[in-house]
Amino acid sequence: MSSSGASRLDAKIPSGPLAEKWDKHEMDNGLVAPANRRKFSVIVVGTGLAGGGAAATLGELGYNVLNFCIQDTPRRAHSVAAQGGINASKNYQYDGDSVDRLFYDTVKGGDYRSREANVYRLSQLSMDIIDQSVAQGVPFAREYGGTLANRSFGGVQVSRTFYARGQTGQQLLLGVYSALSRQVAAGTVKMFPRHEMLDLVVVDGKARGIICRDLTTGELKRYQADAVVLATGGYSPVFYLSTNAVNCNATALWRAHRRGAWFANPCYTQIHPTAVPQMGDYQSKLTLMSESLRNDGRVWVPKKAGDTRRPNDIPEAERDYYLERRYPAFGNLVPRDIAARAAKVECDAGKSAYMSSQSVYLDFNEAIGRLGRDVVADRYGNLFAMYEEILNDNPYETPMMIYPAPHYTMGGLWVDYNLQSTIEGLFVAGEANFSDHGANRLGASALMQGCADGYFVVPRVVANYLAKGGLGEASTDHDAFQEAESSVRGRYDSLLKINGSRTVRDIHWELGRTMWDAVGMARNKGGLDDAITKIGALRDEFWQNLKVPGEGDDMNKQLEMAGRLADYLELGELMARDALAREESCGGHFREEHKTEEGEAKRDDDNFMHVAAWEFKGDGQTAERHVEELSYENIQVKTRSYK
Amino acid sequence: MSQSMTINLKIWRQASGAADGGFVAYTVENVLPEMSFLEMLDLLNEQLALKGEAAVEFDSDCREGICGTCGLVIKGTAHGPHAATTTCEVRMRHFHDGETITVEPFRAKPFPILKDLVVDRTAFDRIQQKGGFITANVGSAPDGNAVPIPKTDADKAMDAASCIGCGACVAACPNASASLFVSAKISQLSYLPQGQVERGRRALAMVTQMDAEEFGDCSNHGECEAVCPKEVSIENIARMRREFIKGAFGK
Repeated sequence: MSSSGASRLDAKIPSGPLAEKWDKHEMDNGLVAPANRRKFSVIVVGTGLAGGGAAATLGELGYNVLNFCIQDTPRRAHSVAAQGGINASKNYQYDGDSVDRLFYDTVKGGDYRSREANVYRLSQLSMDIIDQSVAQGVPFAREYGGTLANRSFGGVQVSRTFYARGQTGQQLLLGVYSALSRQVAAGTVKMFPRHEMLDLVVVDGKARGIICRDLTTGELKRYQADAVVLATGGYSPVFYLSTNAVNCNATALWRAHRRGAWFANPCYTQIHPTAVPQMGDYQSKLTLMSESLRNDGRVWVPKKAGDTRRPNDIPEAERDYYLERRYPAFGNLVPRDIAARAAKVECDAGKSAYMSSQSVYLDFNEAIGRLGRDVVADRYGNLFAMYEEILNDNPYETPMMIYPAPHYTMGGLWVDYNLQSTIEGLFVAGEANFSDHGANRLGASALMQGCADGYFVVPRVVANYLAKGGLGEASTDHDAFQEAESSVRGRYDSLLKINGSRTVRDIHWELGRTMWDAVGMARNKGGLDDAITKIGALRDEFWQNLKVPGEGDDMNKQLEMAGRLADYLELGELMARDALAREESCGGHFREEHKTEEGEAKRDDDNFMHVAAWEFKGDGQTAERHVEELSYENIQVKTRSYK
Repeated sequence: MSQSMTINLKIWRQASGAADGGFVAYTVENVLPEMSFLEMLDLLNEQLALKGEAAVEFDSDCREGICGTCGLVIKGTAHGPHAATTTCEVRMRHFHDGETITVEPFRAKPFPILKDLVVDRTAFDRIQQKGGFITANVGSAPDGNAVPIPKTDADKAMDAASCIGCGACVAACPNASASLFVSAKISQLSYLPQGQVERGRRALAMVTQMDAEEFGDCSNHGECEAVCPKEVSIENIARMRREFIKGAFGK
């Protein structure tokens, strides 16, 4: 079932030493002269750090940019929700950090399943992001002397995380939004809020436009450009309950996939160890408690299985601080995949917090004793308040209860070093692509990748693409636009006509359960086979028995959600197939058949040190798996250990 | 599991901006105290969908109080009766079994209703475009530590920058003034050394656009600060006034 697909999966990594690749590539890239830039137009879908950053920067450079988002304003893209921070290899703390070390930590953190050259570039650009954000007025935390403050995040032994209280994503995004606002005023960026991309238009093998639904009126619209950039985020809501915003969706990616963009490593998902536990089936989302809490919080469960005493009634000697016990070198700050899996192991053994069999404690008692309540409140006050509002429980007095939750997707559309997908002229940035985090992303690296792609990489690689020329006319009257619009219209008309008896939420909930049980923190062949069958049946059920009230030519959020769920029902199956084909454990992908005696992930580098990229073969056909081999020339591939 | 409640709702329904609107009564059963207010509305929409009735449209996204998308007037108060929370953070345990709750959109002339509880807040974007930024093209930034910023200034900038642009301040203000929103951005950038170059121009341009959008004047009621989910201080408005005057007469 695998084929090399080598011709299509050429990563186009520049030659030369690792540290010089990006600079050399910059020199080799073509340029578009300032006076010619306004003759080119670029569609950017998404206004988060990657999309908004790319749109603003392309605008600054003088290109015509059409920027789309589903939110009512670009300032609400889901980057806004990132709490803890952004990594950069500044070494302001003089604790041994460097570009090389951030590179090393990221490749190791990703369990040797990311592309060396991409990660090195990310590590190099990380410093420029901090400078750019400060220049824009992002109010990062400061020391009393006026210099930038840092904190630690999981999986590393240096302090390289820059932060703005617990709202780092919001502040970076407002930086992007301000840059974008300036370009809108300057006329280089035209903004289309409340517009959802529902298809990609490919003309003569090149991405030349998109079909959007105006979410206020329901009208379908065609937009044409010389290149298309997708920066539409990840697909965690395939699990229904996740830490993502309720409107996060895979539709733009999935529609592009169906038009020829291969989907890489769809099964690589990040289950974040510290979210507020699930409480009931009425819930619409799970709330994240930032990883930064593990700087001072200690994770534990009762030593005795089935112990239902309240946490403050359990004496110190009867508590198991299992992360500190199992991973003395990194303690509570092990990477996310490891912390999440460790929580599951304890809960599976019957050891949990009292509230539910799927919860563990995150305890600040020691930190409050050591630092005082005021310092703890200064660091984490907003998170404690959020927690208290949800659970009606005061974390200053009793330990928090937490449990892992779907949070981020490392998989995404396959891209080469130039962030170009397998469709010419279609670039993919941020969480939407697959390239930088391998099988597990380290904390505070999502904001880093979004900003690096948006501000620095996309503007340069898109310029190079445009400079090559050869783009013919492609007006919105072209047959390809006609066909794409008709196909979208047919699809949304069908959704409204089913008139069955199950709601979008009901079916989405069922998909989420199946995904969480079989394609969540632990996977095995039997469960995955079963999930593929169940998802197929649920997809049939969806198209026969869905109930969507309201009209198509009107604001109709139930219809929007139905369209997104239809795509999740296809993507979910691909995730299960990808997990099934990857007969190893690596990072967030844990196959129960492949583990060490100590229960850690066991990689198979001989057979799986590659990217799996899936090609869409048509409705009712199984997607075809291709591979891009990964090679590590600058880093020694080891068994990952945080002990 | 805690006791479930029956909640009576009076919800503003309006087919479009041009149509007439009015309150419609609904009853939602099996509401749990742990539910968020929006999960209770999800439940209502589930019940409506199964009956084939069009859902009550409302905006929401992150559902954890940071994106600023949601915004309802609950029992007469923007973002509900609980201080320092957004609509999505309101929990049903703050209401009692059998209670009747009115639910309205954020009402203000510059926030036209699009449908039901959904309003158009793009006026905020247009104000921002007039000067809510520091002109710093990618490629031109000096090292992040090149200019020290005193912690107290950085903290004040952050306090102002925590505004989520939800528009509750406008909805709560008897004059529908956007002063708290606009002043938060002007203040943030005025505290930072990077923001000094464009300081006067920024205040003039943003305030002028606020007036052009037909937001009302601030007359110091303080309702904005009371409903602000991020507790942005009304002191920012005083600062905005000084910035405006400096911008107008400074040179």
